[in-house]
Amino acid sequence: MLNPISIKIATLNLATLTPMAILAFGALAIICIDLFTKRLDKSFFVMFTLLFIFLDFTALIGLNGPSRGFFGVMLVDGMSMLAQGIILISSALFIITALSNKPFKEFKKAEYYALFLFMIVGFQFMVATDNLILIFIGLETASLALYTLIALHNRNKAFEAAIKYFTMGALAAGFFAMASLILYALTGSIELGVISKVLVSRGFAPGAFTLAGVVFMLMALGFKLSIVPTHTWTPDVYEGSSAPLAGYMSVVPKIAGLVVAIRFFDIFLSSQIQWVQDILIFLAVLTMTLANITALVQEDVKRMLAFSSIAHAGFVLTAIMVGGTQANSAIFLYWILFMFTNIGAFTMLWIARHKKNLWGSRYQHPFTKFSGMVKVAPMMATLFAIFMFTLAGMPPFSVFWGKLYLISSVINSGHVVLAVIMVINSAIAIYYYMKLIVYMFLKDPITEDGNIYIANSSTPIKTIVGITLFFTVAASIFVQPILSVVTELIKSSGY
Amino acid sequence: MEHILSLIVFFPLIAGIFGFVINKENVKTFGISVAFVEFLLSIVLWIAYDPTNSGYQFVEYSALIPQFGVGFYLGVDGISLFLVILSTFMTLVSLVALNIKKDIKNLVITILFLEMTLVGVFLSLDMILFYIFWELSLIPMLYIIGAWGSGQRIYAAIKFFLYTFAGSALMLVGILYLGYQYYLATGTWSFAIPDWYLLVLPFNTQLWLFGAFFLAFAVKVPMFPFHTWLPYAHGQAPTVGSILLAAVMLKMGTYAFIRFSLPLFPDASVYFLYPVAIIATIMVIYAAMVAYAQKDIKQVIAYSSISHMGIIILGIFAMNAEGITGSIFLMLSHGIVSGALFMLVGVIYDRRHTKLMSEFGGLATVMPRYAAIFGVLMMAAVGLPLTVGFVGEFLSLLGFYRVSWEITVIAGSGIILGAVYMLTLYRKSFFGKVVKEENKTLKDLDKREFAALIPLVALVVILGVYPKPILTTIDMSVRKTIQTMERKALLPDTKKFLLKVNSIGGTK
Repeated sequence: MLNPISIKIATLNLATLTPMAILAFGALAIICIDLFTKRLDKSFFVMFTLLFIFLDFTALIGLNGPSRGFFGVMLVDGMSMLAQGIILISSALFIITALSNKPFKEFKKAEYYALFLFMIVGFQFMVATDNLILIFIGLETASLALYTLIALHNRNKAFEAAIKYFTMGALAAGFFAMASLILYALTGSIELGVISKVLVSRGFAPGAFTLAGVVFMLMALGFKLSIVPTHTWTPDVYEGSSAPLAGYMSVVPKIAGLVVAIRFFDIFLSSQIQWVQDILIFLAVLTMTLANITALVQEDVKRMLAFSSIAHAGFVLTAIMVGGTQANSAIFLYWILFMFTNIGAFTMLWIARHKKNLWGSRYQHPFTKFSGMVKVAPMMATLFAIFMFTLAGMPPFSVFWGKLYLISSVINSGHVVLAVIMVINSAIAIYYYMKLIVYMFLKDPITEDGNIYIANSSTPIKTIVGITLFFTVAASIFVQPILSVVTELIKSSGY
Repeated sequence: MEHILSLIVFFPLIAGIFGFVINKENVKTFGISVAFVEFLLSIVLWIAYDPTNSGYQFVEYSALIPQFGVGFYLGVDGISLFLVILSTFMTLVSLVALNIKKDIKNLVITILFLEMTLVGVFLSLDMILFYIFWELSLIPMLYIIGAWGSGQRIYAAIKFFLYTFAGSALMLVGILYLGYQYYLATGTWSFAIPDWYLLVLPFNTQLWLFGAFFLAFAVKVPMFPFHTWLPYAHGQAPTVGSILLAAVMLKMGTYAFIRFSLPLFPDASVYFLYPVAIIATIMVIYAAMVAYAQKDIKQVIAYSSISHMGIIILGIFAMNAEGITGSIFLMLSHGIVSGALFMLVGVIYDRRHTKLMSEFGGLATVMPRYAAIFGVLMMAAVGLPLTVGFVGEFLSLLGFYRVSWEITVIAGSGIILGAVYMLTLYRKSFFGKVVKEENKTLKDLDKREFAALIPLVALVVILGVYPKPILTTIDMSVRKTIQTMERKALLPDTKKFLLKVNSIGGTK
């Protein structure tokens, strides 16, 4: 006869679960409403979703960490709040792009929005815990929902992308399970905090098993962060999915992965294990260099942006290797600034989406499509150019400040050579961003009709572009408030 | 007068944004008016500037990222004052001379943006702010060369952009490293240049940082062997692009040497003195010889720019008041003269659509006024006494004479080579008989071209005869920079060297 377990509800600290609970409720509500009435427009779905994201956000701000809840599984610290904030803001920006001018099948389905909300819940769980099992559950919930979202785009390329992503994701899940298993076998715990204590007390022996655990974990996270050599899915998946979803994928799953990576590698960095640092440096350099060089030869803007997002991930990986308050703040500063710019850039592609392929059939957005755009759609071309220069890290636009702070943190940790490699990489990178600008501004137009570049535009989407543009251009003014909030939160969570 | 510097920096930007709304027909008039107001503002700045004060004036500071020590920090001193006026003046003149019809609106707006970045570079006292303007200035020039250029314009534009962008990549690491050193020494972050002047760095650190900054500045100047982008860019750029590139953008590099390299790394500067001086001498001689071999008039002037920049570098690395003051004056005079020469090439290119010397000959009889103005400017370019070119060259070489008379003599012979190629150019194009039929009916200068050229010619003569008011103002601030160097010098050799080159008659 088992003893009855009595738990006081107050000790569960259910407040830590409210943000996710709100979204899960919203997702179920969407499905239920859809059961009762079939005549719902996408504008209803979008606004309904947005409403719940807003509620989630207010609930998130209401939390005051660091605190634990639900048997100590949930961890609400500054970092998780930051990451959840980033996830929610990009989700809000993303979902509005569904209100496009052209009709798309997936936006008419309630399931799309329900899946979208469940995906956010998954990512939120992933960042709000240090328990490997819950991370795994969050990761898989989110990923499975995301695969389906990609496939719902209903083109051959989209199916291909979804299946590719699914297969690769399954492999990553396997790696993650293996890593957790090894760490559990080594330490008898699945909580990163406990694992850290046990490993440190033992001096990380036995080395071979620790190494295996690290490598498996790195591979698993590498898939989500698109670190070379586990990046191969990225360009194809981005190409297959709709442009805003590709932009979303380059921001949200990565920040979730980054948080897990920060939490995991912190165990090793605080004790100065050299080989972990070496592996991270090696992968970071490999990722940014290879991605930048491959991006040079891309013929399609979306694929180019896919490689660019890989390179950005490589950039940020260096900060994980450095560790410490400045580096971790730099990651979040960089990612917040990158979020606005990258979503803006992909939204520009979304606006330029046009059924008619005037430019050959292989690619949706080849560089030639944008030839001489400044002559027929000058405003669009200028905005697009600003986003490109920003992604290249051109001052004084947003990503530059992130780059500055990130490279500074690398230099301060004494890795001057790495910093030099990083700036050389950004010098390489400017070439492919500039390629698009050269096409837009310096070549002759292929068409007289500027409407092909704004075929998919609508007022809500223009608003999104406006918001992201504002944060991109005026970044110099509010880097300071963002940085102080980020540093405060990172410090309070003990990194 | 509180915010005159931010007004000078951002007025062209705001006017440029307004320019989007203005009718295409009127946009050139608008551009000229804006540039004129901007020029007046810079003249007001000069009038209000106190020449007896060698420090930064009209200083403005507001924190951008206090936690990281980045601030919006502007100030002007004798070194930057005249470069700012040069920028606003040359922008005005180049807009007056502008006769491109294609996409004129985009061009005028781009030139105004470029003006903002140029002025911003000279007025920034915060290193990050400086870097922002430094990099930002590439974008308008990329567009000007790439969109309105000729021939392989896109290739030339990209080459220009990548070269300079890659060159300054290392500088960013240098800036951040120096910022961290400041943080280690004082416990607070700061990228303000006056703060950095107080920081004494170990010799080894100086060497590395000097190298990182040197690369960025050397590409911009451009110093041999990083000069290959320049003739190409000039070859394809439209006239207005060439004027602004040669007259102002090249000065950013030499200005940065005086503002950063010398006072921040005095020991390293003295340590690298001879290598730099030798590179500069090679620039003077080699570029002059290459210029002589050119068939294209514009290429001759492009290479002559490199040659003159060599003398400017020599003057800077003389590290005494004469040399540095002379080099700043030479920057101004070279800005005026090369700008005017490029404009003149543009004039003949508009009429004949060729820039080859072999296509001309005997122009003096067909276009007498054109030939006269070209003649005056050619004399200034050669550095004839009583023209503006003489003062700067003389002072720069005089300054360097204290360091090493051998190098001075060799570099001085470059001036003779300069006379050779310029006179050859003049003889081939202007003297002799009119051979080509097309040249017989060429029109002389029209009103618009006159309006743009006459102020330049007037300045060439006035400043050549009476440069003193400018020189004294520059000199005050230059002496202060040299004092900073002396105060910060670590090694006894550096101190000895600075004493030697700065006292009359060598070491006493």
